[in-house]
Amino acid sequence: MTAPWTAGEDPQVHPIARSGDLVHIRQAIRTLSQECRLSLVDQTKMITAASELARNTLIYGGGGTVSSGLVSANGKRGVAAVFEDSGPGIADVEQAMTDGWTSGGGLGLGLSGARRLVDDFQLVTAPGEGTTVTIIKWVR
Amino acid sequence: MAKRDSAADLVGLLTIEGQDLAAAWVREVSGSLGGRVGTAELDRELRELYDALVDALRQGATDVHSEQMSEIRALLTELSRNRARQGFSPTETAISVFALKRVLEPVLQDGTADQIRAYLQFNGILDGLGLFAIETYTQTRDELIAAQAEQLLELSTPVVRLWDGVIAVPLVGTLDSARTQVVMEKLLQALVDTGSEQAIIDITGVPAVDTQVAQHLLKTIVAARLMGAECTVSGISPQIAQTIVALGIEFDDIVTKASLADALKLALRRSGVDLVAHEGAQR
Ligand SMILES: Nc1ncnc2c1ncn2[C@@H]1O[C@H](COP(=O)(O)OP(=O)(O)O)[C@@H](O)[C@H]1O
Ligand SMILES: [Mg+2]
Repeated sequence: MTAPWTAGEDPQVHPIARSGDLVHIRQAIRTLSQECRLSLVDQTKMITAASELARNTLIYGGGGTVSSGLVSANGKRGVAAVFEDSGPGIADVEQAMTDGWTSGGGLGLGLSGARRLVDDFQLVTAPGEGTTVTIIKWVR
Repeated sequence: MAKRDSAADLVGLLTIEGQDLAAAWVREVSGSLGGRVGTAELDRELRELYDALVDALRQGATDVHSEQMSEIRALLTELSRNRARQGFSPTETAISVFALKRVLEPVLQDGTADQIRAYLQFNGILDGLGLFAIETYTQTRDELIAAQAEQLLELSTPVVRLWDGVIAVPLVGTLDSARTQVVMEKLLQALVDTGSEQAIIDITGVPAVDTQVAQHLLKTIVAARLMGAECTVSGISPQIAQTIVALGIEFDDIVTKASLADALKLALRRSGVDLVAHEGAQR
């Protein structure tokens, strides 16, 4: 699932460098979600997950990019987004994925909550090697 | 080549006997701006710049950063700021400078070797001036945008009084940190100012609630409670409710209502107001 893109469907790349970028990212994900006809609930879940991960990329990853686009597999269509940064990475993934754990002043529900909001969730990270989170929401 | 000669050549380039090069410059620029700056104003602006430029060159200015260019920089700053405020594009702004190249171009055809060398040197100076104009333009634009964002912040978060002792903030649009901070402060201030004990935060117009927005809401509600006021959150759509649950945010001890009307009814009851429907009244 590292590169979810279907041949011929190139993702859009958005920078994540300042908090204003999050607005554009939420809008881009909304547009994609409507395009592939996710239900209103699923649209909201996907947008919210993207908002969480983009903010983590900005705050903890020191900025990065998100690539987003439509994907298809096994006759299903969906929206995918890949958040990438080359920040400090996460040393203890299990801890980071624990409900309520935060190294900053947040609610500690962004990573774990985002996983519950989407269908596919993959976190690739290592200390000093940055963080990549891939999420997909499939049309039901 | 001595510096003095070079300065003289540059001045010579701009002061050709019997030719009003400044007027030609004004014509060029005027065409590119499509008449959106008055001819008289443009004429004044560019002639002033032209004369100052000739002066600066005469005094030996070699590029935009030269000490002798301080007058030019001031004039260019004013010009660029005006263009930015009037809504011109960066290109349209820079053209005011670059158009002078085209005016002087005939020199390439019938000029002497010295004149051509001067033209090329002057081109370099104009490049610097053009970039300076673009930079000032961008700075002004950034300032304008920041000011507008601030105004929007103020505009988009009205606190309204619904009843004696009951206030409400209808939130519309995306809630980022800065905006939510403003909402929080305004709401708490309004509680004090109006002596209200009931506050309603209506999020009907908010498309998504993520953990940061939720955290801001929770903080506001706790602060209000410390001040002896009760908050009700209304307008939570089904999709936002499901998303909040999936995220794992605990809104447990917070009172929520589906609509602003329901929240108002509750707030009134809490402040001891009874709503009585008169007999025979039409619903
Ligand atoms: N992109 C990232 N780079 C480094 N650390 C991260 C990243 N994303 C999350 N983390 C770590 O995981 C923790 C939990 O993240 P999250 O669940 O979103 O909670 P919160 O943002 O409230 O802290 C963060 O506090 C941070 O330490
Ligand atoms: Mg987070």
